[in-house]
Amino acid sequence: MAELYELSMLLGDLEEQLVTCMRCGMCQAVCPLYAETGRETDVARGKIVLLEHLSRELLKEPEAVKQRLENCLLCGSCAAACPSGVKVLDLFLKARAIINGYLGLPPAKKAVFRQIMTRPALFNRLISIASRFQGVFTRPAGEILGASCARFESALLQDRHFMPLARIPWHAKMPETDEPAGPDKTKVAFYPGCLVDKVFPDVAKSSFKALRHHGVKIYMPANQACCGIPALSSGDRKAFMQMVRCNLELFADKDFQYLLTPCATCTATIKEIWPMMGQYFPPEEQEKITALAAKTMDITQFIADKYVLQRKYDDSVDKGGVKVTYHDPCHLKKSLNVHVQPRTLIRVNPAYTFVEMDEADRCCGMGGSFGLQHYDLSKKVGNRKRQNIYQSGAEVVSTACPACMLQLIDLLSQSHAGIRVKHAVQIYAQGLG
Amino acid sequence: MIKQSLIREFEKLLGVQNVLSSETDRHAYSYDAAMLEQVVPELVLRPDRTEPLSDLIRLCNENRLPLTVRGSGTNLSGGTIPDKKNGVVVLTNALNRILEINAEDLYARVEPGVITAQFAGKVAARGLFYPPDPGSQAVSTLGGNVAENAGGLRGLKYGVTENYVMGMDFFDSNGELIRTGSRTVKCVTGFNLKSLMIGSEGTLGVFKELILKLIPPPLASQAMLAVFDSVERASQSVSAIIAEKMVPCTLEFLDNFTIRSVEAFRHAGLPTEAQALLLIEMDGHPAQVAEETQKVEDICRREGAVRIQKAKDDAERDAIWQARRDALPALSRLKPTTVLEDATVPRSKIPAMVRGINELARKYNIQIGTFGHAGDGNLHPTFLTDRRDKAEFARVEKAIDELFEIALKLGGTLSGEHGIGLAKSKYLVQETGQGTIRLSRKIKQSLDPENILNPGKIIGG
Repeated sequence: MAELYELSMLLGDLEEQLVTCMRCGMCQAVCPLYAETGRETDVARGKIVLLEHLSRELLKEPEAVKQRLENCLLCGSCAAACPSGVKVLDLFLKARAIINGYLGLPPAKKAVFRQIMTRPALFNRLISIASRFQGVFTRPAGEILGASCARFESALLQDRHFMPLARIPWHAKMPETDEPAGPDKTKVAFYPGCLVDKVFPDVAKSSFKALRHHGVKIYMPANQACCGIPALSSGDRKAFMQMVRCNLELFADKDFQYLLTPCATCTATIKEIWPMMGQYFPPEEQEKITALAAKTMDITQFIADKYVLQRKYDDSVDKGGVKVTYHDPCHLKKSLNVHVQPRTLIRVNPAYTFVEMDEADRCCGMGGSFGLQHYDLSKKVGNRKRQNIYQSGAEVVSTACPACMLQLIDLLSQSHAGIRVKHAVQIYAQGLG
Repeated sequence: MIKQSLIREFEKLLGVQNVLSSETDRHAYSYDAAMLEQVVPELVLRPDRTEPLSDLIRLCNENRLPLTVRGSGTNLSGGTIPDKKNGVVVLTNALNRILEINAEDLYARVEPGVITAQFAGKVAARGLFYPPDPGSQAVSTLGGNVAENAGGLRGLKYGVTENYVMGMDFFDSNGELIRTGSRTVKCVTGFNLKSLMIGSEGTLGVFKELILKLIPPPLASQAMLAVFDSVERASQSVSAIIAEKMVPCTLEFLDNFTIRSVEAFRHAGLPTEAQALLLIEMDGHPAQVAEETQKVEDICRREGAVRIQKAKDDAERDAIWQARRDALPALSRLKPTTVLEDATVPRSKIPAMVRGINELARKYNIQIGTFGHAGDGNLHPTFLTDRRDKAEFARVEKAIDELFEIALKLGGTLSGEHGIGLAKSKYLVQETGQGTIRLSRKIKQSLDPENILNPGKIIGG
């Protein structure tokens, strides 16, 4: 099989990563999908063996391996717990791109990623049309939205409680901004990310409020492109690279100290996935990517580290406020080790009493477009999160990622529990009066 | 090839979703945590109740399909690698119910696929204690622990898995249900079949249900770390602690290579010039713990410890144990392939064993980090290599051959807790002699005449 040989050559690039797995199986303890299915092909060790066997032509079913690879939340729980330090996300994203390059991408996805999402202005126009016709989506519109960042197509499914697209997205409320650096010279670029821009504009509003409260000057260009993770996790490296380039044009070589985002997934993508894919870009772009990645920071980390006095909090004292708990987005805690700062932002608001839930850092089951393609499994994973939220007794669950917010809203509203979902920066901004 | 009609029968018995026959799915059950040749099974079965197990085994027996039971596939000796001809893997991870935790009679009944750490957690929530804590407890199954007679860090004081098995129900190779042991502390009814089953690595029967002993937990504990500038002094301290009739619940050892690797990995301020670290924990009644901790400290100082650090709170205790938890991750990051051995010697022979291991590293020009359970002489020399480097890997294999010779010469054993499986069956005769193997084969032959229960493991054949 000459063709399969070609695939095996391409997968050979991954060998250095594949051999570091010592098959200890510790990933089984933390994988949220494996906990539901018990299938070895759903856990990192099994997928790594399938890739190795495919690359050594012991296994000759690339289509089937692709399916198993896509059955993954990309939450990084396994990577965070891996004794031998296998870079699992790196490995799986590259493997998806290689296998999809070999097999070809489904035409609908290709059209969305390459024709629409790489053109931010067009993408925004389509979304704004869609938001006015929610509930009467035509199928093509559903596909466009569905293949993108998360469950935009929720409106199409009857049994799902969804977060509608915002009537007015953030980029329409807040036109592009470029304030001159202030006296203390702190200036940041703000990258809301598609979900905050189009579904949760209030998170962007709260971010602006908090930044301005601290005298931080903001640069926010128009027509920002998607961070690229939906395309890359679908194996479309070409579209991913186009989106990165769009953003490089807007942000590289501009005068600011930090690039802030209120989206855990966008932060992790720009900070880790962009440099990880750097080898595919020419050297001058690689440099820009490295520089931008170094400046990129989660907004809760920025505010907490720079503007909130560090002290120990005693949660056992009931301050009598609204009980709030916090869900750790995988891409913030497991990818970037940011977990103290969002809690700090919540705790400094005296109107709230913080309670920790069990397994706060267990994945909510969203996993970007995973939640779209495997809704039932995503919900099963989510049910455990919902139980933990209930048991905490919280009235509000906070997090720091709009994709998790979508999942939590869906999980909680289906059971009519009356628990509200807020971004940590919303709670912080609320406390600023 | 397994006939389609037989696959249909399995599907009827277990449900279509619990029979995996596609090539891709089967490839994911061709290995375990031992670095051995991978073997793709012909069929993977995942029963979600114990009732159909009897028919499942009978079908395998009638059709001479070799059957390998697999929990979480963390075996370090190849015990869960299926047979090369028509191998069938039977997964237990859907047989994961805790049937009973009895606080009055201090036992629990479980299905074989219950995860060790989850079980220990549930038991602790009831105010009781299940001590066996193998390194893979976060993923390992209790069935796997019993089949391998798994050990762990608490072996010295609390014993290993076999000390907590009160009884079991299992199926023989004909699918017949066999009962052995009881929920009572005392039981001398019939042959002690449960003891034969413990550590039999799936070669004699298939577990249906296990009865495990629980004990009251200790009320207090105290962790400490002692730094030595020679392995001998560390080892003398271990001997002296035992000689003065104290039994720490854990007594762990890290060699210089491991200390340096852990420090490079975590930067926790470990003394990289130290030749040995002992991590010691005493537990029991608070007064006893306080008194014994002082005595252990005095002994270590007397034997020449250059520094002793006692944990003042939970955070410090955690920091001490982090060094031990980091040992394998830190070592395994140095090279792509890690071969973890568990040859065990009488505890007084630890210095000789460590010297022997260091000599092997020099002789074969390979890196070996050694850590492990000093209190029970169960060391884990960890060979760091790259399995793609054929020449080096051959040297590693030679060094391992010699490691076993050294252990046996010192009056030790091939395996403290990982099992014999495929990896060490060729060495068995050196330790036990031919007679033992002949008798073992007779037992196997009479209990499993068609040789369908995990063939090839332990005694070869």
